[in-house]
Amino acid sequence: MNAVIDIAPAPTQQGCGDAPVLRERGQREVFCGLAGIVWLHRKIQDAFFLVVGSRTCAHLLQSAAGVMIFAEPRFATAIIDDRDLAGLADANAELDRVVTRLLERRPDIKMLFLVGSCPSEVIKLDLSRAAERLSRSFTPRVRILSYTGSGIDTTFTQGEDTCLAALVPELPASEERALMVVGSIADIVEDQFRRVFDGLGIGPVHFFPARHAGEMPPVGPGTRFVLAQPFLADTTRALELRGARRLAAPFPFGAEGTTLWLQAIAREFQVEATKFVSVIGPRRERAARALAHHRVQLEGRKVFFFPDSQLEIPLARFLAREMGMVPVEVGTPYLHRQLVASELALLPAGTQLSEGQDLERQLDRCRAARPDIVVCGLGLANPLESEGLTTKWSIELVFTPVHGFDQAADLAELFTRPLARRMKLVA
Amino acid sequence: MQLTLWTYEGPPHVGAMRVATALDDVHYVLHAPQGDTYADLLFTMIERLPRRPPVTYTTFQARDLGGDTAELFKTACSQAFERFRPNAMLVGASCTAELIQDDPGGLARALALPIPVVPLELPSYQRKENWGASETFYQVVRTLAGPRAPAPGTPRPAREPGAKPCCNLLGPTALGFRHRDDVREITGLLNELGIEVRTVAPLGASADDIARLGEADFNVVLYPETAQQAAGWLQRFFGQPFTKTIPIGVKATKAFIAEVLQLAGLPADTPLPDALSRSPWYSRSVDSTYLTGKRVFIFGDATHAIAAARVATEEMGFTVVGLGTYSREFARDVRDAAKHYGVEALITDDYLEVEAKVAELHPELVLGTQMERHIAKRLGVPCAVISAPVHVQDFPARYSPQMGFEGANVLFDSWVHPLMMGLEEHLLTMFRGDFEFHDGAAASHLGRAAVPPPAAAPAPAAESSDVPAVAETATAAATVAAPAASAPITVAQWAPDAQKELQKIPFFVRGKARRNTERFAAERGLATITVETLYDAKAHFGR
Repeated sequence: MNAVIDIAPAPTQQGCGDAPVLRERGQREVFCGLAGIVWLHRKIQDAFFLVVGSRTCAHLLQSAAGVMIFAEPRFATAIIDDRDLAGLADANAELDRVVTRLLERRPDIKMLFLVGSCPSEVIKLDLSRAAERLSRSFTPRVRILSYTGSGIDTTFTQGEDTCLAALVPELPASEERALMVVGSIADIVEDQFRRVFDGLGIGPVHFFPARHAGEMPPVGPGTRFVLAQPFLADTTRALELRGARRLAAPFPFGAEGTTLWLQAIAREFQVEATKFVSVIGPRRERAARALAHHRVQLEGRKVFFFPDSQLEIPLARFLAREMGMVPVEVGTPYLHRQLVASELALLPAGTQLSEGQDLERQLDRCRAARPDIVVCGLGLANPLESEGLTTKWSIELVFTPVHGFDQAADLAELFTRPLARRMKLVA
Repeated sequence: MQLTLWTYEGPPHVGAMRVATALDDVHYVLHAPQGDTYADLLFTMIERLPRRPPVTYTTFQARDLGGDTAELFKTACSQAFERFRPNAMLVGASCTAELIQDDPGGLARALALPIPVVPLELPSYQRKENWGASETFYQVVRTLAGPRAPAPGTPRPAREPGAKPCCNLLGPTALGFRHRDDVREITGLLNELGIEVRTVAPLGASADDIARLGEADFNVVLYPETAQQAAGWLQRFFGQPFTKTIPIGVKATKAFIAEVLQLAGLPADTPLPDALSRSPWYSRSVDSTYLTGKRVFIFGDATHAIAAARVATEEMGFTVVGLGTYSREFARDVRDAAKHYGVEALITDDYLEVEAKVAELHPELVLGTQMERHIAKRLGVPCAVISAPVHVQDFPARYSPQMGFEGANVLFDSWVHPLMMGLEEHLLTMFRGDFEFHDGAAASHLGRAAVPPPAAAPAPAAESSDVPAVAETATAAATVAAPAASAPITVAQWAPDAQKELQKIPFFVRGKARRNTERFAAERGLATITVETLYDAKAHFGR
């Protein structure tokens, strides 16, 4: 009955399914979850993100957001000062004052997130209670929620996970059988996927998060959700608690990843094989054609991933299987085996996986391996370039549309460009 | 609690990082949660350093809080020492670690490292980046040079006969606005005067250099924000005087030279090495006439703002209509300077306040930081950057100091440039009925704003009879673009014939004419503006 043709060849070997993982602790060169605000506020167009933290938090946001900060951003920091530290009751009153003033000034805001930071967590400022308290005064005009983006709890993209997980209990209930795509992806990619699902006759399809606070999708036992991003462990759990079921699949990076991802969905929604092939085939073909000339440049090259976004494993899989690259070490801040099981199965056997980080030791390993390209954060990229290594700064992989068939070549190009540049400058 | 969108300064530990990164063989161990490493990218990306800042973070996480974060700190500290073998170490806490109260200083002392360790107390919930840099530099100097200080009251030994006078340059740091080139410029200047520069600190100094700071005859304080405190200490303990003049602009540079000659004990008539000083002539050349009285708004750190105001008035012939700073530590100096120009100083670290002020004052040029650059862009006003915080484009590859004679040349070019661009833009708009120009023609530096800035008109008052009806919406548009603008006073109604007459005035002064006339009418309580009112106002405001 599940007559869906496997377009992709089944993996022939065990991959990295049960490969040992190097677990390290030490200095971690990563962003905290607050950085997620930078793209989340673009995605949810009437939400405001108010960080309750220190000047460091505000400085981090403006460093990470770059010029975006000047476009009347929908995020800000309520900076805790020493008067707030003197007594917590005071801090709550202050927070209410700041929120009230903010919402008066921005009547267009429909959803406000109070975002916890390291200082607010350490002084145990209870933001969930503050959110409840404030909700009472602002409902129904504004919904006020809270989640943590603190560095002590979250690493970079995990900030999106804690945000979405906080939204899940707020989603309307529904018994309807529907597909939910979870994880914020670029609007253009969302529209592309919508067209594919229409072609396959799959519907209704919801994307979570939605573009507006008032349009968040319903959830219930009929919901089948598929992750578009690998870093959504808490959100997955929260959705499962509401009766939704996750469809296991690799992530939609590259032609193969996208095909397998769509295939898992098509199988669940019982799409006929011929239909699947007729809808997916041409798109896959187009992606493969676009990828071909990148493969020439990337094949056989060694790639080393520093931990950053949890995208490392799916990206290494894409680079290894579709671009013929050799992953030397794939570092990830957290490894949720369940969520990346289908990815690990596809990763070449023998790939060194590492979870967590001891920066100096990892740098030693990286230098010793002399990879052709190093995927790392902006704090490391220039120093490594000056040592003669070629780098691809990883944050771009989060900000650029890279999901789906039509972005597959853009994704590959992110890796070919630094190599091509180095060759040009050497020549 | 303070609601903040943009901050002019980072937290104080970023200031400490700027000093640590500037120093040569000093390592900073920072007790901080995961995520605080973001600050590294300021150095590797904005300043484009080819190396990592010499900072080790403990990066504790929630699971560590239940356990022993103090142990974590000690481990990080001893491992950093083993790996980097620095000649001195800084230890301290970021804002979160300040709350968990682990006492980095005490913990580091317990390790009994064979190098000097400087414990830093940086109150993150009260102070900011520049204060952090200043305090760190002061503590470094005190710890490393302190042991060499002579007994209190010891007179400074006279310089050996025949020995060249020598000084230190204090204040340049990593991530400093044009610090790299200012150091080169001022070093060259001093050398030409016959003064040797012993140590530049903290930028490029080793722990050993810092220990020997007391050997020079005097100190040159380039940036009081970072160096004044350390210089004060050196004066008290080594009897070294330090300079007060900031050599930004030709006049200030000459005053600086006079001060330096005196401190060095050199004759006051030592020839000036100002051969390449082009800006005084450029300012006098007729091409610069249209700069006269141009209304300029200035905001930045105290040092650069005060210096810019002097250059703007005395060397460029501008009129300062607003002066302000985000450096509260130096607010008094800025207030004094503002008084001198007859304006009220704006002391704030809220960029919305700055924006409101700029919108209210309608300056024709804004000199400020990265933020003012964006404010000016929104309001359609030309702008040049004179102070940190700055973005990557203000760490240029080319030589571009702010200080000394070459610095004055740089200032002239970079301030006049956006005005020239403004002129170009106006001319383009003026001739947009022309077959070669059209509405779609790209703007030069102001982006594709739909309308040109109102009355930012750098133009010789040419007779321009054939001005198309353009830019009339400019004032209205500027008001829309400036939501923070001050509440308008009740505006008199324009009679149709007065409105028509206004259209005949060249558009690049029309905005000013409209404002002046409306102000004139409001002051006299006129309900209607007639043609006569227009010319009465012209006569009233005419120079």
